Amino acid sequence: MTRLHASPAAGVGSATDRTGLAAIEAALATLAEPAPPRLGHATLVAVGLADDYAEIATPLGALRVAWNGRGVSAVDGSVDDRTFERAFFARTGRHAERVGALPPRLGRAIERRLAGDRRNRIPLDLRGSTEFEQAVWLKALEIPRGEVRPYGWIAAEIGRPRAVRAVGTALGHNPIPLIVPCHRVVRTDGHIGQYSLGGPDNKRTILAAEGADPDVLEGLARAGIRYIGSDTTHIFCLPTCHDARRVTPAHEVRFPSSRAAFEAGYRPCKHCRPIGAAGALGAA
Amino acid sequence: MFHWVMDANAELDAALSARLAVDLDASFEALVQAHVDRLFSIALRILGDRGDAEEAAQDALVRAYGALEGYEPARVRELRLRPWLTTIVVNVCRNRMRVKRVRTTELGFDPGAEPLVDPVARRDAREAWAALLMTLPASQRIAIVLRHVDGLSYQEMSAALDKPEGTLKAQVHRGLAALRHALADEGHDHREMTA
Repeated sequence: MTRLHASPAAGVGSATDRTGLAAIEAALATLAEPAPPRLGHATLVAVGLADDYAEIATPLGALRVAWNGRGVSAVDGSVDDRTFERAFFARTGRHAERVGALPPRLGRAIERRLAGDRRNRIPLDLRGSTEFEQAVWLKALEIPRGEVRPYGWIAAEIGRPRAVRAVGTALGHNPIPLIVPCHRVVRTDGHIGQYSLGGPDNKRTILAAEGADPDVLEGLARAGIRYIGSDTTHIFCLPTCHDARRVTPAHEVRFPSSRAAFEAGYRPCKHCRPIGAAGALGAA
Repeated sequence: MFHWVMDANAELDAALSARLAVDLDASFEALVQAHVDRLFSIALRILGDRGDAEEAAQDALVRAYGALEGYEPARVRELRLRPWLTTIVVNVCRNRMRVKRVRTTELGFDPGAEPLVDPVARRDAREAWAALLMTLPASQRIAIVLRHVDGLSYQEMSAALDKPEGTLKAQVHRGLAALRHALADEGHDHREMTA
């Protein structure tokens, strides 16, 4: 049996001949050690000065989700990690590092949100965007799964009824697609429109997965139908409003414009607010 | 007062404080790089567990960031980072010890291995020393870790722990004496066991 050496680093002496304080101090000095390599990065992630990312399964296949201590910072479908990391750095000035999986709570919240359960709060890190962009994205978050709204609806709802094009641009810059459901915003004429996450086909796929059939929507658009009313309630809605979907065919009334609905004595639905909160949805 | 000798660390920290005062987000990574190892070492040797130490070191740095966010630039510029961060990590460790009783290890180790050039033996000896530290009362352990593992001056320790230097010197002294006793006992035990 051996004894505790008073000076392990020096490699000399033993407890019996070197129990001097100096030897103990020398041994204690060897007890400092480097932090695990990931600790520094993990700290920067925690305060929002760097990000981690991992893949999640979605109806559009595997997508990257990036996050930091302030919230989710990106949902991404780039071809590879390098492309994503470069684009992420160009946009945010922060380094993103790939890890195995999302933090369990965040992972569950996102999974539930994508399945339509909106009770889980998902913090979003929207630093670096303009107030207008944030207003557009937060408004898009109000659109329920399975429903769509025109760009003009967002513009009217955020009090900028004439900024329809700017709304489209802001949605195109949405850094957190799917979670911020910009895919639920369609052209004011009812066509599906563009999608930042891989183009219109992906937009159709995700809308179909959510129960808003893009073929039906475009069929209505082609037929010039913008609103659906009920002749029992005399309320008119956007076609995908859950109230509109409860109207039985026998009582369904179709309108090409809000003016036509008003002239027929109908009032706008309070849920889907078909002409926007401000009631000022220009041409439509 | 004219300082003939300015500690290189203190000089680096002063430069860092100045940068933090100007742009926290651009400079915080430098603070992490400069201090993460020592904060981890302090937490590791106070708490005695690597997982706990990682969490404590990260927690301390996150708290530091939060505090720096709220401070006026003038205050940040005047901060002495080494003692200031030490205060934070020691508080985090104390809180963790309060919540989770830190195991005070029994001295059942075999520090082993005759030739200490053997890296495995050296690691075992360090573990033995770390275990021995865990047998000390928390206040002595904290004082010893700051003085002899981290290498703070008594002046810095006094600033970090808000205690007079004399008190801290006494704690370190008592702690070292306790370690020496434990060591002597250990040697004695082994003699008995091998007799």
